[in-house]
Amino acid sequence: MFATRKLAALSAAFAIVAAWSSAALAQKKYDPGVSDTEIKIGNIMPYSGPASAYGIIGRTEAAYFKKINEAGGINGRKINFISYDDAYSPPKAVEQARKLVESDEVLFIFNSLGTPSNSAIQKYMNAKKVPQLFVATGATKWNDPKDFPWTMGWQPNYQSETQIYAKYILKNMPNAKIAVLFQNDDYGKDYLKGLKDGLGQKASSMIVAEESFETSEPTIDSHIVKLKASNADVFIDIATPKFAAQAIKKVAEIGWKPTHFLNNVSASVGAVIRPAGYENAQDIISAAYLKDASDKQWDSDAGMKEFYAFMAKDFPEGDKLDGGTVTGYGVAQTLVQVLKQCGDNLTRENVMKQAANLRDFRTEVLLPGIKINTAPNDFAPISQLQLQKFKGEKWELFGDVISADVGG
Amino acid sequence: MSAAEEVVTEAAAVEAVPKRAMTLGYGTSLVVLAALILTPLFVKNFIIFQMTMLLIYGLAVLALNILTGGSGQFSLGQSAFYAVGAYTSAILMEHAGMNYALTLPVAGLICFGFGFLFGQPALRLSGVYLALATFALATAMPQLLKLGYFEHWTGGVQGLVVTKPDAPFGLPMSQDMWLYYFTLAITIAIYIASVNLLRSRSGRAFMAIRDNEIAASAMGVDVALYKTLAFGVSAGITGVAGGLGAIAVQFVAPDGYTITLAISLFLGMVVGGVGWLPGSIVGSAFIIFVPNIAEGISKGLSGAVFGVLLFLVIFLVPHGARQVAIIAQQLIGKLKKN
Repeated sequence: MFATRKLAALSAAFAIVAAWSSAALAQKKYDPGVSDTEIKIGNIMPYSGPASAYGIIGRTEAAYFKKINEAGGINGRKINFISYDDAYSPPKAVEQARKLVESDEVLFIFNSLGTPSNSAIQKYMNAKKVPQLFVATGATKWNDPKDFPWTMGWQPNYQSETQIYAKYILKNMPNAKIAVLFQNDDYGKDYLKGLKDGLGQKASSMIVAEESFETSEPTIDSHIVKLKASNADVFIDIATPKFAAQAIKKVAEIGWKPTHFLNNVSASVGAVIRPAGYENAQDIISAAYLKDASDKQWDSDAGMKEFYAFMAKDFPEGDKLDGGTVTGYGVAQTLVQVLKQCGDNLTRENVMKQAANLRDFRTEVLLPGIKINTAPNDFAPISQLQLQKFKGEKWELFGDVISADVGG
Repeated sequence: MSAAEEVVTEAAAVEAVPKRAMTLGYGTSLVVLAALILTPLFVKNFIIFQMTMLLIYGLAVLALNILTGGSGQFSLGQSAFYAVGAYTSAILMEHAGMNYALTLPVAGLICFGFGFLFGQPALRLSGVYLALATFALATAMPQLLKLGYFEHWTGGVQGLVVTKPDAPFGLPMSQDMWLYYFTLAITIAIYIASVNLLRSRSGRAFMAIRDNEIAASAMGVDVALYKTLAFGVSAGITGVAGGLGAIAVQFVAPDGYTITLAISLFLGMVVGGVGWLPGSIVGSAFIIFVPNIAEGISKGLSGAVFGVLLFLVIFLVPHGARQVAIIAQQLIGKLKKN
């Protein structure tokens, strides 16, 4: 009798211990890379090689996390930001991703840059079940939670941008004849697909000319001349900054006056419009989601003032006019929000869960009205853009914020 | 001065290396081999992956070494052959469902043919002009891979994702470890074959051409044949390396095979010691690890730090790892006498 009672007491004690410890576990759950004082985050950037201009994004993020750490970190944990160089080479990206995951044992990889590099590591990251969070590329394929539940983009993808142009054209110029210039790579083709999908059945009748160019071509003048010959009244300009500036100049030079849509990649006033000449760029239409630091209208904006203060104090060697610093700042703020939402449950699963659970989050470098929203079936954090028209020496926003969610 | 005289008085492009100095002694070879076999048992999968890449780039450097160190011809176009090998393996595995091991000989053969054919026009060129012609090949290759005609097979700019093979016969090994030993076996086989090739009649013909083309042809060496053959063999080995690289990295894309890769391989050969086959692995280690070290020293200036390190190596040991090995040998010799 006594023995049974003792056994009952013992099992009750066990039950209490078990309940208590599982409650404690629910409070604090860690995967590799996390301790009570630290969260290890990996990053891959092209600090050297052909795309080294983008390296500024990684350096901005490092400066921002340093600032967060100096202010006490996130829930008492400091961010240990380990950023490696892949020189924009896919095999090197695989090596660095494996180093981060297997040797440094980071919790996840954040904002790795470049479509080829991210394509190279996507399968590995998903097989290892390590988040590949907020990748720095606009390709549409990152929004594919069904096949790649551990990969998520950040910026609006290319297809949603041209879908927005298509919506605008269908509404305001239903009889437009469209000429398209696009860069012959994944980025250009992604944009083109968005445009065609957006126009739907009318795509084949509305698009009267398509010209592709290689980045190795010294000038794209002959393509512009050919497009003009098609008598199109809408010109969709899908080109990276250098070529976009050439296109704007040439269109003006040969006296072609179409409605000119310029992709967001090349909407920078400092890098594209000024070199192309303000007088040549009047009334060009583009879409944006971030505030442009080279645009004077934001000088007195509270959000941008905060950004300028960060640049002056924590990252004085960085160029605030470089679009990369604004991007790096915005994406780093989004990550901080995700980590705050995670609380003490810092598992890889919960990081993805919280990243897919952003509700109307705003970093103040986003244009007014644009919000970050994600869901378990929506891995495209920013899917809103606003149209803008170039007037005088700056972009003027017009119309409402337009959404277009596209999956990969 | 006649044209012939001019050619004769021209300094040889590559310093003559006696063929015995091209390999390691048996004892040293065995120690290196044992280290290569045993290390993976004690390290993490990531290190094993790096060692696999070390062997793969080592093979590619070895291939260049046969071409430059053996037959005295320059090439800055090895990345093109590497790309062809990688794509051959990737396409056969992903589209034709072929076994990964069988794709390698195919990759090697296709690249051999490709290199042999490329060697034909290259015959008319020598020295820096040949280097430029191969350079053109390397610059053209990524764009060719992007061409719309081949996109159905190559995946265009998006590249192809390759499935990594599991260890066969249910061996209790990780994929990385299996792939490492698989690569090691192929590397050893190719290394031994290369050493034998250079010691054979053909190898002597290569070296005769390298040292003096006119003398070689006077002795009855078919200069044209052997020069193109050297290109073919070198391209074939590079192709096998490329195929292995595609399997190890699990991804092929045009951006992975730019001129930077060709220059890296060339660099690896010079650092390892031109014409010294074991140096290939040292050169490969240099091109894999030194950029990482440079990055560790300074992130913003990694390129500059790499440049300084490279300059130091070239300045202090102009003959690369071979020179270090010879100095070490002499030191050991002295110690033994004492």
